[in-house]
Amino acid sequence: MNNFPKKPAKKRFVYLDHAATTYLDEKVKKAMDPYFSDIFANPSGLYAQGREAKSALDSARDKVAEVLGAQPDTIIFTGGGTESDNLAIFGAARKHANQGKHIITTKIEHHAVLRPCEELEKLGFEITYLPVNKEGKISVESVKKNLRKHTILISIMYGNNEIGTVMPIAEIGREILKWRKQQNTVYPYFHTDACQAAGALDLNVEKLHVDLMTINGSKIYGPKGAGILYKRRGVLIEPLVYGGGQEKKLRSGTENVPGIIGFAKALELVQKNKKIENKRLLKLRNYFWEKIKTKITKVKLNGPELGDESVRLPNNLNISVLDVEGEAMLLYLDEYGIVCSTGSACTSESLDPSHVLIACGLPYEYAHGSLRFTLGKRNTKQDIDYVMKYLPAIVDRLRELSPVHLGEKKHAKYISR
Amino acid sequence: MDKEEDDKTQAAGIRDTSGGNWLYSDTVREHFFDPKNFMKYDEVDTYQADATGRVGSPACGDEMVIWLKIDSKTEKIKDCRWQTFGCGSAIASTSVLSVMITENGGMTIDEALKIKPQDIIKRLGGLPDRKIHCSVLGDKALQAAVNDWFRKTGQHERIVTAGAKIIDEKLNITDKDIEEAVLEGARTLEDIQKKLKVGVGNPEAIPQIEELIRFYVEKYYA
Repeated sequence: MNNFPKKPAKKRFVYLDHAATTYLDEKVKKAMDPYFSDIFANPSGLYAQGREAKSALDSARDKVAEVLGAQPDTIIFTGGGTESDNLAIFGAARKHANQGKHIITTKIEHHAVLRPCEELEKLGFEITYLPVNKEGKISVESVKKNLRKHTILISIMYGNNEIGTVMPIAEIGREILKWRKQQNTVYPYFHTDACQAAGALDLNVEKLHVDLMTINGSKIYGPKGAGILYKRRGVLIEPLVYGGGQEKKLRSGTENVPGIIGFAKALELVQKNKKIENKRLLKLRNYFWEKIKTKITKVKLNGPELGDESVRLPNNLNISVLDVEGEAMLLYLDEYGIVCSTGSACTSESLDPSHVLIACGLPYEYAHGSLRFTLGKRNTKQDIDYVMKYLPAIVDRLRELSPVHLGEKKHAKYISR
Repeated sequence: MDKEEDDKTQAAGIRDTSGGNWLYSDTVREHFFDPKNFMKYDEVDTYQADATGRVGSPACGDEMVIWLKIDSKTEKIKDCRWQTFGCGSAIASTSVLSVMITENGGMTIDEALKIKPQDIIKRLGGLPDRKIHCSVLGDKALQAAVNDWFRKTGQHERIVTAGAKIIDEKLNITDKDIEEAVLEGARTLEDIQKKLKVGVGNPEAIPQIEELIRFYVEKYYA
């Protein structure tokens, strides 16, 4: 193949899929270490070792609460983001079904929110899926317009995992407060999935006016299988898991002490560093897009403009490369040690392209050619330069194989029918 | 996925999330990273194909074009070129198909028409379950090209109009649509109806639909 760059003698591993999951921060690992084999006792144990584990658990809870501007007793430790979302949605729905069976969410939520909602539909709940604009944003107006007497829960993500859209959570929260006051009711509860936002955005629950908030460890350089559901005092939900009654009876099962310690440490660290890291990632991301724009023809930016973290998560870049298919690009990039993800149907279980891109009004052929790069701590300008050494050539090669030439005369020229 | 399907997946212990079963065989990788016989962009105008077939669309995620040179006396395929928009297995399927029909002096048209998606899959050393539709598309592109040749040589009686039997008249849904739906993952009447609404307002079509589902599931997944 002409001009196809030779594979490097030493493959560089460039991880650009931080929205999928992150590596563990060394400091987090260190904080967790003692809790596997040394301080391993069950925190429910009354003996010294148990008390030691319990006290570690308590200080982790305090730490998390502090970041959220909340009281420690509002933090429920769970097995991760999906579990927290499920607990919030099923928990609220089961507890308050007799008050109403209407829930509002958005079309671009994570499946950890959408699937529980679909299950509730089967049980007779009515779910309103709010549409988004082409940048993936919902309007506060549309939330207001869809509020009903029987709305018991609103679940809207803080930052989107695919295109990085940041939702106006605080504004929506204020509107919900107004509604409750007018109607003299405690409904609807307001839940946000903040898994993607936790590393970059302010998590103060008083400023956000949320009643329930999901965060997990595996997106913030913390451990997998550990997360929280914040639950405001006075907000009532049913548990998903019954047993020994841990976590105020809302999440039974012996606490994952090392995971919880790691989660708290990770959250503390990302929140402490977020200002500087946001700036660094934003600059790197914008540099990446500038390079792509100049070196590859027929590319399109998906999601919001590349503004600061009030508009778009600073580590997120989502593009569509026309005339080629996402999985094919992914396989090639993987050969060069470059890791990212795609919204193409070929990588999904259902063979449908990304529901997020489609909800933003992207044509299917654009969604099939989408690539998501999510940057993180370890990425440097050298990483981006390495990617740009190969990505344009990979696109060229796949375009050479492709009969699709969107918007050009050449496309469909050979149809013989 | 409906409950019944969930239960089946659980019972069989099938790993059905993305992440499972993504391994491509060495042959798939070989044909993906070093594709054979593809049509170069500037070669198209000078190639002088005897027949062309195009299937799919970028909106469905796959599109293929096949060009053939055919010896009109022996009906052997002398040469084949292709272009594919699609994932790794779609590209590999077309590439391997182009080799299969031209190797050893080339297949005759009748031989080539006998190639089934399973033959392509076998030659590739297998494809992940979810990727089987990619090989089907290659097969269809070849069929479209051969039909093009029949048309150009005035052999209209030989044009293959396989299937395309109308199952639900109200919705104009054919057996081909049901085949597609099965390839996209539908396994039960409910799945099919979710996708196509076939037979919903036309219950007398249901036994036939169920039979077709069984037929295609067996054909591709047995």
